[in-house]
Amino acid sequence: MNCSTPSFRGEIAKLPLLEIDSLAVDYRTSRGTVHAVNDVSFFLEKGETLGLAGESGSGKSTLGLSIIRLVPYPGVIGGGQIKIDGRDIVALPEHEMQTFRGTKVAYVFQDPMISLNPVKKIGAHFVELIRTHEPNVSKKEAFERAKTVLKNLGIQPERINDYPHQFSGGMRQRIMIGLAIALNPDLVIADEPTTALDVIVQAKILDLLESLRKAYQMALILISHDLSIILERCDKIIVMYAGHMVEYADGTELHGRPAHPYTQKLLQSIPNIELSDQKLTAIPGSPPDMLNPPNGCRFWPRCSCTMEICRVKEPLLISIGRNHLVKCFLYGEKGVQSE
Amino acid sequence: MSEIVRVEHLKKYFPVQKSVLEQLFTRKKKSVRAVDDVTFSIKKGEIFTLAGESGCGKTTTGKLIVRLLKPTSGRIYFKGEDITQLKREELRLLRRKMQIIFQDPYASLNPRMTIGKAIGHPLEIHGLARGEEKKGKVLEVLQKVGLTPPQQFMNLFPHQLSGGQRQRVALGRSIILEPEFMVADEPVSMIDVSLRTTIIDLMLGFRKELGLTYLFVTHDLAVAKYISDRIAIMYLGRIIEIGSKESLFKNPLHPYTKALLSAIPVPEPKKKREVIELKGEVPSAINIPPGCRFSSRCPFKKDECTKTEPELVEAEKDHSVACYLS
Amino acid sequence: MVRIEMKRSMLARIVPGFTSLVKKGPSGQMVIIGMIIVLALVIMTAMGPWIAPHDPSRSGVGRIRIPPNWQFPLGTNHLGQDVLSRTLCGGSIMLQVSALSVLLCFAIGVPLGLFSSYVGGFVDSAFSLVIDAVYAFPGLVIAIAIAAMLGPGVVNMALSIAVVYIPSYFRIVRSQVLSIKELTYVEAARSVGAKWYTILSRYILPNVVPSIVVVITINFADAILTAAGLTFIGLGVTYDIPDWGWDLTNGRTYISSGAWWIIAFPGLMIILLALGFTLIGEGLSELLNPKLQR
Repeated sequence: MNCSTPSFRGEIAKLPLLEIDSLAVDYRTSRGTVHAVNDVSFFLEKGETLGLAGESGSGKSTLGLSIIRLVPYPGVIGGGQIKIDGRDIVALPEHEMQTFRGTKVAYVFQDPMISLNPVKKIGAHFVELIRTHEPNVSKKEAFERAKTVLKNLGIQPERINDYPHQFSGGMRQRIMIGLAIALNPDLVIADEPTTALDVIVQAKILDLLESLRKAYQMALILISHDLSIILERCDKIIVMYAGHMVEYADGTELHGRPAHPYTQKLLQSIPNIELSDQKLTAIPGSPPDMLNPPNGCRFWPRCSCTMEICRVKEPLLISIGRNHLVKCFLYGEKGVQSE
Repeated sequence: MSEIVRVEHLKKYFPVQKSVLEQLFTRKKKSVRAVDDVTFSIKKGEIFTLAGESGCGKTTTGKLIVRLLKPTSGRIYFKGEDITQLKREELRLLRRKMQIIFQDPYASLNPRMTIGKAIGHPLEIHGLARGEEKKGKVLEVLQKVGLTPPQQFMNLFPHQLSGGQRQRVALGRSIILEPEFMVADEPVSMIDVSLRTTIIDLMLGFRKELGLTYLFVTHDLAVAKYISDRIAIMYLGRIIEIGSKESLFKNPLHPYTKALLSAIPVPEPKKKREVIELKGEVPSAINIPPGCRFSSRCPFKKDECTKTEPELVEAEKDHSVACYLS
Repeated sequence: MVRIEMKRSMLARIVPGFTSLVKKGPSGQMVIIGMIIVLALVIMTAMGPWIAPHDPSRSGVGRIRIPPNWQFPLGTNHLGQDVLSRTLCGGSIMLQVSALSVLLCFAIGVPLGLFSSYVGGFVDSAFSLVIDAVYAFPGLVIAIAIAAMLGPGVVNMALSIAVVYIPSYFRIVRSQVLSIKELTYVEAARSVGAKWYTILSRYILPNVVPSIVVVITINFADAILTAAGLTFIGLGVTYDIPDWGWDLTNGRTYISSGAWWIIAFPGLMIILLALGFTLIGEGLSELLNPKLQR
């Protein structure tokens, strides 16, 4: 799949933090194989923010989980490479992977309540995490470090002896973020970190993530169904549809010049509070059954620009500008290699 | 325009379950003041929105109006008639006129009932149609809510449908009785982004076609702005600001409304906005702060705010606010 | 109407399920094996009187306590009765008792559970208290006490077993209804104006049925063992009807003299029957688990 490799690779001299090349993740269920992530390639530099936007079933969470190799059963990485600091983690033995998680890459899940052990105090969560990865650290030292993290999160350090249920949803999500950054990873993946929260808390959490990212110089992958959040917070954006990466661009480029019909329609269907007399347009149909996805481009049954070729052939990811890739035949079959 | 629903001083307190020990040693009855003195009216044909964060009592208010819950006190009028004290049989008849659709399309359909049966069941319950006539009506409704071809959807079970399709079924089940008023409780918040607009469009279509009036309950002010005519913002069981969409969004008066509006993400790249910071988090509805219930978090708190609770006062035409600052 | 509705939804689940049971993996195969065992034993018992080589009740068809041989493949017992004939025919009492008790439990436990939990409040608390008290006693002890009070006989045995199992039905139905009652689709039914009995029969009951089916099969298995136990201690039926439980009781005294065959074969039958029902129950509980359904 050489054609799908981003063409602007040459511009980067040093090794990117994360490099994903033609990744495929499959769920091998009893009713058939679901290709949840198909031919996804991108890379991420230190300190960058990448947004993964898509609906439920688009494969965005699966993609996120595959980066820490925690795709749930019966999912398997079916092909491709995931390189972190130049090292391919797809074939890494599990014990080596465990040291990667937390120290290199950390994951923030959507629901903080099920990710925290209800019978353990907050402090114990931190101590356990720190001491698993750094066995030489004493309990007391780990405890002190946990307190510093809590302070950075805007939580009173005295609350370190509280149980998870004594915190509100927003506070629990702060704690999850704290656990993710406690070991100072290079990359944090936040999977719908604010979906369960109210807007005011959401804004605070996203601000916190952003300030921590800057302070700790981490890269961030923000996964969300809400394109508004992603546009607001991310440098680069990947739009996923039915397991395919349909468009990749900088935020401003994606907003100003959306190329894929799905992205265009999606942008037209999001209400914007700052506009009055906005007219939203609906996208007809519904997302495909991933066990029997349509042939060719997966969006063609809902697309208004369907051509003959869309029904039979899967388009390749092609470059249509600087840092702008799209998976659509409207931009030619081969595409412009570079500008 | 005439008034279709009017709510006066509506309250709903839920008793707090106490442990055995507490029951023995304390006399004081604790309760969650989910809805705490709410008054408003909805005009015929309009879309009236109750907006606020989770736990503000917006859903409870919606359920109280369609009488799925019994109010603790206050009055509810439907087309001028007091429906607060209706008996079971009268209430059943009222259900033909007032409907509700729920947030979770995965939970609102009986998993063992086919789509056709689910939509036709209200007709059966009210003895309005049977047999072929019922079937005809069901097919017609399926067509209306965009589940085509209707013959094919008739015999499917809910689990064979997507979230968006299920919400269409729920909508169909509600409109088959040709109601005049519908409570829509967060109807799109659990539906995929690309399908939300179609559901909203359907709802707007029914307003035109059937002359429906909606009470739209939502936490999403961007959707609220798109769909509604008038909006009420709730905080801890009370309406703190109410007004026409235009004036409320152009000139929000309550500090809470301002904070809420400033926190809403805008689908534009790297937009720098002034987010109004609020102290702490929403207090529990068991211990509501004295005076203005927002005073514990308000950045502009004055002395009088903690003493007596401000009433809704008209600040400009069709725009009222409960705040001493304005 | 209610019954038809229920039957149909059960059939709708079970019939297509049966044809594809094998494909459903281990749990489906468990159900099939269980069904084959139970069906085989039922047919065997029904055909018993015709296929038995000797009259199972006649004593002295041979000498007493002959070990298995060509003439008496399973030997004879202490009265000189043919063990094979008795084993072939001996299931009828046990099957009757368990079927009758299951029927009784179902007819009383399910409506009671539905009613109590739907009404709620004081009524529910009162019913639950009584039922939980019964449930707290060891089952066999209650069954013995009641059977001793009522005296021997098929109906009395069934009654005493039913008393033990009604709480199981009640509790399972009640806990299910309590959770289903709070679900949005029940609220939605109320909001379109459905009457309480419509809600119970069309929205709640069909969703409880899968759990009841499982309880029925487990109840069957237990009822057989309890019936055997009651007969074993002499609270079963009278002498002249062949019965596995009865044979166990009488055969046990001769085991020390090496006559293992007198109790081995009836015992094996009881184990097989209970195993059959348990397999069906366990398999169904996995198959009907809504969380595992697609």
